[in-house]
Amino acid sequence: MVLQEAKDKIYMTKSETQKPVSIAPGCCSAGNPIVNLSSETIALRPRPWIKDKMTTSIGEVPVVHTHLSFSDIIGIWKARWGFGRMHFRIEPGLYAVGQPTENSPVFVSANYKMSFDRLRSQLGRIDGWILVLDTKGINVWCAAGKGTFGTEELIARIKITGLDKLVSHRRIILPQLGAPGVSAHEVKDRSDFRVIYGPVRAADIAAFIQGGMKAAPEMRRVRFNFRDRLVLTPNDLIANLRYFLPAAVVLFLLAGLGPDFFSADRLIKDGMTNLILILTAYISGTLLPILLLPWLPGKSFSAKGAWCGLITVALLGWFLVKNPSHMPDLPSLVAWFIIFPTVGSFISMNFTGSSTYTSLSGVVKEMQVALPLQIGASVIALILLIVGIFV
Amino acid sequence: MNRLRYLPDVVTLEYDAAKCNGCSMCLMVCPHAVYVMENKRAKIIDRDACMECGACAKNCPEKAITVRAGVGCATAIIIGKLRNTEPSCGCDEKSSCC
Repeated sequence: MVLQEAKDKIYMTKSETQKPVSIAPGCCSAGNPIVNLSSETIALRPRPWIKDKMTTSIGEVPVVHTHLSFSDIIGIWKARWGFGRMHFRIEPGLYAVGQPTENSPVFVSANYKMSFDRLRSQLGRIDGWILVLDTKGINVWCAAGKGTFGTEELIARIKITGLDKLVSHRRIILPQLGAPGVSAHEVKDRSDFRVIYGPVRAADIAAFIQGGMKAAPEMRRVRFNFRDRLVLTPNDLIANLRYFLPAAVVLFLLAGLGPDFFSADRLIKDGMTNLILILTAYISGTLLPILLLPWLPGKSFSAKGAWCGLITVALLGWFLVKNPSHMPDLPSLVAWFIIFPTVGSFISMNFTGSSTYTSLSGVVKEMQVALPLQIGASVIALILLIVGIFV
Repeated sequence: MNRLRYLPDVVTLEYDAAKCNGCSMCLMVCPHAVYVMENKRAKIIDRDACMECGACAKNCPEKAITVRAGVGCATAIIIGKLRNTEPSCGCDEKSSCC
């Protein structure tokens, strides 16, 4: 928190009042609700994405590159894999691209570095300002949902940075996906700035500007196509480990149990089989919904995931038919035919959060059906596995 | 996106056309083209496409739209149940987030 406050001060200007301004408590309940405006001056830290600094009426403003460097791309790659994703941030405040003037457009972004990178990399031919809000390192859409990319923070950040003194116009361009957190008419009433919602994707910004700040209908629509889903794969594989690891430990240790209470030999032999099986269920349960989402039967994610489990376990069954020497006892066989669809269903249900079209009401509804089934199926499968040990 | 449709008849979106001033802000902020303009007023044409993000309600100056906004995320709902709070991604300064 202290670090965050220190970062807050980096791009503040001299002209600010001493009065603390309250901003939304926001996403992180532990978050600091007070922004201290009593800063001294802009301190420029060396950052690879900062090209230069320019002197303006409100002090020095960093000018950023519009090409992503190798280290930027590595950073994005790391964030996709979940490494240090919560610390993939930049300092909130004002930045410049190109050679902006008091008439240049102002783009608003989040202080999740990937959001900022996506924006600046599309501004190569545009002279403009970027106002980065403090969203606690969360992307625009998620932060808007939590309210940190929100009306209060936007109004406060305009004041803190002195944007109203920097530009002569009163227009700010927000990403459309910031709209769940920002009330445009309230911003207008309280700060005099008119919010213009730009396109969903930064890649459409140039076309949006050329079209006279008008977005074509397609630019306003969120997609969830193959590529959109594919980039989520690594993070989902990592995020679901919290469910996979305990399940894997239980299934591994279970294999050691027997009439003689515990056998290390069996633990190694059957335990490894269990590990391979649950790992297969886990990887297929994560990958198949991502790959096959539009073509899987059903509308609920838990149903789609159950189908994925069935596909995998059907392949497994086919393998057993071809290789009867690997055929397990009947209770274990049935148990695994239950486990695969259950794991697939549960993982896929959690994929709702990564998707771009599920509603809270819908997810609540599907969970009311799916969760009891998943828990019941898991208990039955566990009992069958234990039965299999003793028969 | 046509093939990706979520559960029908679940969303809490409510809209009172009588209050509409025709500003078309809801059309602009909706990521799923739920609204169209008809006779200078907004009209819901695809209610089931709504994901309850709350952008339209938040940006309607006439308060003609209400919706229980939230994240359609099972993980968030599970975390909310465990902590006995509203659905939450559980992202704070330390832990990870959706």
